[in-house]
Amino acid sequence: MAYEEKIEEKPIAETSTHSAISRRSFLFKVGAALNVIAGALFAVPVIGYVFSSFRQREPYQSWIALGAVGNFPENQTRLATYRNPFTRPWDGATANIPCWVRRKAGDTFQVFAINCTHLGCPVRWFEESHLFMCPCHGGAFYEDGSHASGPPPRGLYQYKYKIENGQLWVRGGVLPTLAEPL
Amino acid sequence: MLREIAAWVDDRVHLSKLFASTAGHHVPASSGSWFYVFGSATLLCFVLQIVTGTCLAFVYVPSASEAYTSLEYLTYQQSLGWFLRAVHNWGSNFMVAIMAVHMAQVFLFGAFKYPREMTWISGTVLLFCTLGMAFTGQVLRFDQDAYWGLGIGASIMGRTPLVGSNLVHLLLAGPIIAGETLSRFFTLHVFIIPGLIIALVSLHLRLVLTKGINEYPKPGRLVDKETYAAEYESLLKKEGVPFYPKAISKDLIFSGLVILGILGCAAYFGPKGPTGVPDPTQIDTVPRPDFFFLWVFSALALLPDYMETFLLLTAPVVIIGVLFALPFISGTGEKSARRRPGSVLTVIIIFLALGTLIYLGTYSPWSPVMNAWSANPTPVEYVKGRSPLELQGALLLQNKQCRNCHSLGGSGGQRGPALDGVGSRLTGDQLVRQVIQGGGNMPAYGKNLKPAEVEALVAFMKTLRTANEPLARDTSRLEQPTR
Repeated sequence: MAYEEKIEEKPIAETSTHSAISRRSFLFKVGAALNVIAGALFAVPVIGYVFSSFRQREPYQSWIALGAVGNFPENQTRLATYRNPFTRPWDGATANIPCWVRRKAGDTFQVFAINCTHLGCPVRWFEESHLFMCPCHGGAFYEDGSHASGPPPRGLYQYKYKIENGQLWVRGGVLPTLAEPL
Repeated sequence: MLREIAAWVDDRVHLSKLFASTAGHHVPASSGSWFYVFGSATLLCFVLQIVTGTCLAFVYVPSASEAYTSLEYLTYQQSLGWFLRAVHNWGSNFMVAIMAVHMAQVFLFGAFKYPREMTWISGTVLLFCTLGMAFTGQVLRFDQDAYWGLGIGASIMGRTPLVGSNLVHLLLAGPIIAGETLSRFFTLHVFIIPGLIIALVSLHLRLVLTKGINEYPKPGRLVDKETYAAEYESLLKKEGVPFYPKAISKDLIFSGLVILGILGCAAYFGPKGPTGVPDPTQIDTVPRPDFFFLWVFSALALLPDYMETFLLLTAPVVIIGVLFALPFISGTGEKSARRRPGSVLTVIIIFLALGTLIYLGTYSPWSPVMNAWSANPTPVEYVKGRSPLELQGALLLQNKQCRNCHSLGGSGGQRGPALDGVGSRLTGDQLVRQVIQGGGNMPAYGKNLKPAEVEALVAFMKTLRTANEPLARDTSRLEQPTR
């Protein structure tokens, strides 16, 4: 049978003729090289796909309208929500993002991210004591967003804002962290 | 006929040979001990998790907009869905707990020493994989805790220098928690980490076969790289027994008890959550991690602020480094815990520390109680016989949310000290200073209280005295304080 002949041939070929050895090792090298190239061609797009956050930076922040300026009474801090501009159709409720809007006077605002600067939990505004309190590790912030007590390393993150056509706009689209405050 | 078919299959597939060389491999008789049952029980938990997890995946929809609805469907509509969810949740609790015991046991029995270094290291990686499963699993239960838990993970990542924001984007699959985040965690929880675990468990078990199970250590029998292999060989010859059927009984009994325990807990306690809808605009939430991460949650509240980022970044590296280096630092010598007091102490300290942190995490005294000011009544005896000014102060103490951090009569927050008896501890001047300037973890209320309000508040607090203790007084002053 052809199969058996081949097996018998092998040791003879390997020990006797020099050309056969080099031919085998050449084929092995070609095969290995081919697979290295193919593997790289396969791996590059896969790695690029998975680690795209390290490579590309599409602009994901944009201006979002929070509503008419008149909705925010002076000297008050109110919860506002917006739809996250960086969306996928299947985001569901996760794309509803809250923020705290403080209208100091006239067109002077402070718009705070909901996320505590310690570990991102949602801070809550207490009108009576003029404090933001965090339910996770007990961080507290003053009315102007500055750090009052607890573990947070800095004051609340603040959105950039502008007023156009009587609307309050903020620039959002990112989960604020110490590495990338708004 | 059946016997013939079985014999034919066995001849072609070599099943009985495989069985004899695996389940029937020889182990030292001393390893048939109650201390050696935790590894197999952990594996059993994993098998249970695969079965229940696969069943849950029949129904669960890994989409940010649908996941919550499908979880509710699983829990309330799908026949027995609640039970499988409960078994999956309790299976994970049992798996982490038993794995911790298994790890402590092999550490105390010196099983990580020569020649079983790789068994220990593969086990260490399995530990991290299992914790990875715990975290990703908590995210798949896509509720408020999952959403804010992701925020916590991202905030921790965001503390990394230079590549912080890249890591956040990698974790969240984008700049913010959204649709792709859940898909990413589903992939990790269902494909990547389980695949890793299966591969590592295979290696772990293969090493148990090739390098043998650790013999029950005897004080004074030292591990020497030159002689250990021969000693183990002769031990197997002298008192070796096939694992099946001679040494497996206790594993079987314990495994059975573990399954019954998981089923019992699942039936009695039911599934966990889902809590509220993962809608970040629902900010009336108190996010808490599952118990495996409660100790991290507690540590992050209790660590001094200045070392927090440093520890968050270095501790994982140090922990992994020490665990990997252990079999090389201490690869020979004494195995018995009776002669290794340092190791025993280490295990006791680690378990006490984790236990304490987890216990604290269950009631988190550092968190303000967000509704204490409006929900907890002022104890009646604290308002009896008080002057109008003092009563005004009592009202202010409620309305200014003091109770969120300070308890009265045992109810309220525990972030700050209880205010019962504060009048015996602090003088009026000290109280005024503390309220206005804050300090010691208390915000300053100077801007938010009118002078008259401060006066009323302090007047009330001065009436809060421990029984039979006088008002605190300033000894540098001549006149004695009056009520």
